[in-house]
Amino acid sequence: MRTLLTATILLGLWLLMSGIYEPLIIGFGVGSVLIVIGITKRMDAIDDDRIDVRLKPVAFVGYILWLLVEIAKANLAVTRLILAPKMQLRQHLFPVRYTQDSDLGQVIFANSITLTPGTISVECEPGHFLVHAVDYSADDNLALADMDRRVTRVEFQGQS
Amino acid sequence: MTVLELIIEVASWILILSGSFFVIVGALGTLRFPDFWSRLHAASITDSAGMILLMVGMGLQAGFTLILVKLFIIGVFLFITGPTATHAVANAALVSGLRPREAEGLHGAEPEPKPKTNP
Repeated sequence: MRTLLTATILLGLWLLMSGIYEPLIIGFGVGSVLIVIGITKRMDAIDDDRIDVRLKPVAFVGYILWLLVEIAKANLAVTRLILAPKMQLRQHLFPVRYTQDSDLGQVIFANSITLTPGTISVECEPGHFLVHAVDYSADDNLALADMDRRVTRVEFQGQS
Repeated sequence: MTVLELIIEVASWILILSGSFFVIVGALGTLRFPDFWSRLHAASITDSAGMILLMVGMGLQAGFTLILVKLFIIGVFLFITGPTATHAVANAALVSGLRPREAEGLHGAEPEPKPKTNP
């Protein structure tokens, strides 16, 4: 079942990427898919590695839209900082707690921090990230705590 | 050219031009900012605003074709790999001992010491 799904997705990706629908080219695509499936099967014998995707799809799309708005706001703030005649930087490295259970949730939170200009997640430690801000203010802590809550809400609750 | 086509054309060029603007701002910030840590932030403007606006603008130019799908997939990839690469660079700097210059009255958090060998 999983193999069939993988094959379908890979073949779909090939058809979308190539855009040339001749028997020869599609044949190459089918061949590539078969080779990839074969290699994946062999790799499974070594490590049975799976990524657990525990996300609510609709809530995740909503989160992405919210994140895009945040990115737009942060971009304008940093752009103003760059274009200001006299640069006033308040750099700070500070810990930010995270509350996600799954690795994927933590990755999404850390990447969201880095994706919004002005803050970069630098180090991941048990229970918190170290975050570097270029123009630190006390509001940053509140904003990041809000983002943390939103990412946690996208996750399915339960043991990871 | 119908009115709708004209609107799409104008909107896509506004998006492409403003995306280019943010790319230039990112480059300017990389030059103007004083040290390594702040320059990372300037580069991330190019990564986020510049990339997204250019992608959406080019998508409007392409219309509903295979190119739109490709642009979307490229955008998703950049959305994931951009911050990951920035994080990798920042983390390497932190691990090798570079610390940001803290603003007055602020004390930076120190990373917890790592054990020498992995358990």
